[in-house]
Amino acid sequence: MTTTLYTSDHEWLRIEGDVATIGVTDYAQSQLGDVVFVELPKVGRALKKTEAAAVVESVKAASDVYAPISGEVLEINSELAAEPALVNSDAAGKAWFFKLRIADRSELGGLMDEAAYQKHIA
Amino acid sequence: MLAAEVSASPPPLKQTPLHALHVSRGGKMVPFAGYDMPVQFGPGVLKEHLHTRASAGLFDVSHMGQIVLRPKSGRVEDAARALEWLVPQDILALPAGRQRYALFTNESGGILDDLMVANLSDHLFLVVNAACKAEDEAHLKEHLSDVCIVEPMRQRALIALQGPKAESVLKKFDAEIPAMKFMDTAARRLAGLDCFVSRSGYTGEDGFEISVPAEAAEAFAKELLADENVLPIGLGARDSLRLEAGLCLYGHDLDPTTTPVEGALEWSIQKSRRKGGARPGGFPGATAILDQFEHGAPRRRVGLKAEGRAPVREGASLFADATSQSPIGSVTSGGFGPSLNAPVAMGYLPPSHSAHDTTVFAEVRGQRLPLRVAPMPFVLNTYKR
Repeated sequence: MTTTLYTSDHEWLRIEGDVATIGVTDYAQSQLGDVVFVELPKVGRALKKTEAAAVVESVKAASDVYAPISGEVLEINSELAAEPALVNSDAAGKAWFFKLRIADRSELGGLMDEAAYQKHIA
Repeated sequence: MLAAEVSASPPPLKQTPLHALHVSRGGKMVPFAGYDMPVQFGPGVLKEHLHTRASAGLFDVSHMGQIVLRPKSGRVEDAARALEWLVPQDILALPAGRQRYALFTNESGGILDDLMVANLSDHLFLVVNAACKAEDEAHLKEHLSDVCIVEPMRQRALIALQGPKAESVLKKFDAEIPAMKFMDTAARRLAGLDCFVSRSGYTGEDGFEISVPAEAAEAFAKELLADENVLPIGLGARDSLRLEAGLCLYGHDLDPTTTPVEGALEWSIQKSRRKGGARPGGFPGATAILDQFEHGAPRRRVGLKAEGRAPVREGASLFADATSQSPIGSVTSGGFGPSLNAPVAMGYLPPSHSAHDTTVFAEVRGQRLPLRVAPMPFVLNTYKR
């Protein structure tokens, strides 16, 4: 089964087995404004939790996307790199950033569920 | 991933006469030059930018300083001659009803502020940057008080209406508006209000800047916004529009350490104030600036276009090649140009690297990104000359 978790930095993680798919939340995209560029990590890179993993740039500013958990990058969304505006149109779906092989499941314990995240942004 | 929000109580911000209107129209308010200003409205920076280029945008620039220089003699040429002590521009030859871009310089030739100077027949009207207005007022009073009364117009708002439909919108208030040309300026009555109107702006588009009495500004702005072609535009799009137009942002692209020649603003200094002219020099830093006219400057402001899609932003160091250790310059403004649908920037480079089509490299997140020195404006302006 699939579980979706959230960080206080407005990233979502969809957990399927030992793979986490990571993106930014709809709230994040609404704050960023029109996204014009996304830089994604290299496949195979071993990311440590809280390390800068990707960059999302709007007309206004650049923001880092941090690795919410540690793990190896298995896949990146090349469609997103070609069409950064997907972040604005479908943040929780087509605009996923990268997939990680989860290195340490205990790190998931520090993340929020949907209800806690909704409270966080309320 | 978003910048941490500041939770400490913010310093008291000033409000323009249009503040309540911005809030009611959904403006996202941010601190700017001591004012609480809209950075964007509902449509967002990208759409606001494109709307201005396609139709008409309304900008609140009331935070800027409006200053009248009233000659004590009653003769505007006395005020013009006095202002030439502080700026390298020809103000004496500025005809009534015309406006000109000018610079306050310091003794080393650096730029203290950039401004607009209009000749309104019996006085001069200046518009200066918000962040500099207190210093500019003091500077004018210190040097010109024998000749002029320096009157800050604190009870006036300033509204810019920019874009290809600006003329047709403003014409409804004053049938004479279409007769104005780029940089014409006039005292006009619009909607029953005493206004100063100039055909100018900060977007590269045709448009107008209208000084209106503060107490009537909101009602007037609402009348302009009632036209379906007009949308309110925030500071975000104001910045991307002026960057595409190759226009300088003071405090970023120009500052007290950059001279007019370094800033590629020689065009703003008329021949009369240069060596061999009718009134050469006579402004702060004249020796240094006029020497650079003859011998060049150690660096120059240039336009930069990226080869890739990654925006290169203010502060990025510039390098001669992909591996060299010492930077040769830096980016002073940069971002994404919505009309170009590509990143654009401006920055300073030495003469060896400032020719068009020279490739330099910006360091962004540890990577060297190639940039090409490109002519400005990046987007052709549509001024009505």
